[in-house]
Amino acid sequence: MKKPLLIAVAVLTLLVPFLHLAFPPGHALHLSEFYVGLLGKFLCFAICALALDLIWGFGGILSLGHGLFFALGGYGMGMYLMRQIGREGQYQSDLPDFMVFLNWKELPWHWALSDSLVGQIFLALAVPGLLAAVFGYFAFRSRIQGVYFSIITQALTVAAMLLFFRNETGFGGNNGFTDFKRIAGMPLNTPGMKVGLCVASGVALIACYLIARALTQSRWGRILQAIRDAEGRVRFLGYDPVAFKLSAYVISAVMCALAGILYVPQIGIINPGEMSPAASIEMAIWAAVGGRGTLIGPVIGAFFVNGTKSVFTAVWPEGWLYILGGLFIAVTLFLPQGLMGLAKRFKK
Amino acid sequence: MIKRLLIGWCLALLGFSAWAALPPELLTRIATGEGDDRVAALNEAVTQADPALADYLQALLDGRVRLREGKAVVAVEGAAPPEGEEPMLNNRLRREIDSALAGLALLSKDRDVRAKALATLREDASAAKLPLYERALAAETDTKLRDQLGALVAGAKLSSTDAAQRRAAATELAGSADPTTRALLLERIGSETDAATKAAMKSAIDAIGDRLAWGERAQLLFSGLSLGSVLLLVALGLAITYGLMGVINMAHGELLMVGAYATYCVQQGFRAWAPAAFDYYLWLALPASFLAAALVGAAMERTVIRWLYGRPLETLLATWGISLVLMQAVRSLFGAQNVAVENPGWLSGGWALLPNLTLPYNRLAIIAFAALVLGGMALLLAKTRLGLMVRGVTQNRRMAACVGVNTAQVDTMAFALGSGIAGLAGCALSQIGNVGPDLGQSYIVDAFMVVVLGGVGQLAGTVYAGLGLGVLSKLLEGWQGAVLAKIALLLLLVLVIQKKPQGLFALKGRSVE
Repeated sequence: MKKPLLIAVAVLTLLVPFLHLAFPPGHALHLSEFYVGLLGKFLCFAICALALDLIWGFGGILSLGHGLFFALGGYGMGMYLMRQIGREGQYQSDLPDFMVFLNWKELPWHWALSDSLVGQIFLALAVPGLLAAVFGYFAFRSRIQGVYFSIITQALTVAAMLLFFRNETGFGGNNGFTDFKRIAGMPLNTPGMKVGLCVASGVALIACYLIARALTQSRWGRILQAIRDAEGRVRFLGYDPVAFKLSAYVISAVMCALAGILYVPQIGIINPGEMSPAASIEMAIWAAVGGRGTLIGPVIGAFFVNGTKSVFTAVWPEGWLYILGGLFIAVTLFLPQGLMGLAKRFKK
Repeated sequence: MIKRLLIGWCLALLGFSAWAALPPELLTRIATGEGDDRVAALNEAVTQADPALADYLQALLDGRVRLREGKAVVAVEGAAPPEGEEPMLNNRLRREIDSALAGLALLSKDRDVRAKALATLREDASAAKLPLYERALAAETDTKLRDQLGALVAGAKLSSTDAAQRRAAATELAGSADPTTRALLLERIGSETDAATKAAMKSAIDAIGDRLAWGERAQLLFSGLSLGSVLLLVALGLAITYGLMGVINMAHGELLMVGAYATYCVQQGFRAWAPAAFDYYLWLALPASFLAAALVGAAMERTVIRWLYGRPLETLLATWGISLVLMQAVRSLFGAQNVAVENPGWLSGGWALLPNLTLPYNRLAIIAFAALVLGGMALLLAKTRLGLMVRGVTQNRRMAACVGVNTAQVDTMAFALGSGIAGLAGCALSQIGNVGPDLGQSYIVDAFMVVVLGGVGQLAGTVYAGLGLGVLSKLLEGWQGAVLAKIALLLLLVLVIQKKPQGLFALKGRSVE
């Protein structure tokens, strides 16, 4: 049951780029660049869904603020990409265009590492991880559970969104970052680069999946699930739930940030809209549709929901919100185990 | 002689009766010559305050005046201009003529024309026209305009070349409570050379500042109170559905939207069928918005929420789904753009307490309305049979069922009640803001903030939290700007939940558990 997913993801990440590169445009088997981009995007979303499922499905913690970690990862990568534009921006300055526009003379302190890809990726993973650690520590220590946790994570995300909307914060305000040109000196808009990023996302998803599987099958994972089912009893048995929940939350946040890092160069834009409450709640529905508490489910859910979204926004744009809203209702009412539960029921 | 007749003829055509009062030489001097001399001539002409001058100046601005052999000739409006050289008008002269025209308009018989002229002149009171202003002041009967004219005269005196007159004007202005007077004084004090006058101006500025400070403080308090009552209205419905029933209703904002759109529909109905009674449409819109939102709420409870009691996370997701559907349904029915909801006549305008403090009627009405709804809800919960049953079911569901309460029905009723109150809030919101499909989204975070801060299970906490948050956020806004204020409040919410998950004003004792 677990192998087929790995194989499916691996096949997809190899097949789509292959069909894109190997056959010339116009050939019956050629897949256009659009599909490579779409697949890359879905793979990143699948990582988010997996990350969310790790704490929701296995730890019983519903975070409605994972959009924040995703966006922070994306912004971290975006800072590097902005610096890579060099002097090719509209104002031909060493500084990113929006800083010239704000009449800033030098880089603010939080851009110190933005010239180095490795340094910036480190920051893009460490900052969300650290934020999750600090925020989670205080939340879990105060034994905030269930809906209260969901509400404060959402409040945090909204606060961050408002902060990033401000020009003074130094992240491009409303417009965020866009117009990226190259990564590590190589141009971004070549087919080879697009395929490379897409494959990297696939590899990252498989890696995250393997890590999550190892974690959930370990002793740590068993205790996490025990906390989900009866936190009080676990505490009475002498375990400290804070440590388990906190580590799960931090790992999940870092995974989400990784997805953001891979997402931004493929999509070519990052703005505070990624931190809107709706974006974070949508992640929850990817995991819920696929099936919480399984690791395959969220991946399938992310592909299913976003695939449906792509189809509907092209065919019947007004209908998409009905479908999405209906999915939220139907899954919670009729499919608490998601598509995986449905599959299991059919097997019986 | 012929030229003089020509002017006379033209002026007569324009309907001038007293052209003799304005010597033609003066008019010609306005039209040609050195700039300073022309301004002096203009001011001299203005002091005579002849209504005919206004027509001549207007003709000059319109380019209907020509100079022929050193005399000004005026053409009738609409007619081709007579032969001759067109007088030069530079910007300074145009400005002077505009100001002279406004000064002359002060003598108009029409109150609106006078008020408009006063508004224009406020910015540039010139000492040269002081006689004109004083004559206007003597003739003015309207008290409000009299006050403004008085300030104008004082302002003109401030521009006088005589230091004693300037000092007298500054002392006179100290009695004012008008922000523009203070701005005028602040501007003039910089260029003042006489020390005694400067001191008089300084004390006048301080005196006005003191008077204004009260207005500003009251304004801040009022806008805080107004925002607080909006928050309270928005949160009151949630205080029932979430505070009493424990349902996390993410579609609460959309119930507000339903109420606002119901108001819009009633308004459109009145416009189509009873335009004469348009001012009274709100009295029908209130029950309509309550019913519309209550019906939607009851339907939600019967079809979805009922099956999810005790599973708050699932409720959260399902109601979020409902909110998406409701939003899209409104977009499909009414379009994605905002719709226009007009205030009835009796809600527009405001109550001017101080020159810098005007309380808009719609804001006042919302404060009163919030108090009414709150009172009604408290009575309903405390005194009626439905309230008794709702309290019983929330306190001990099984016990209530044992003594014969139909708990399922009470749940539906209570949820519909909370939703209906949200609808009322939506009707109120339609009077102060935009009505669009996104209306609910902007209030949902605030609403939860109020209820969570206020504490679950009781109304009083919601009241403190709503009003407190309103005033606090206005105070923070004045200090650090709207965005940072909002961020600060959100972080405050996070902190409060950390420390007191049951809210700041939670009940103590066993009922909490």
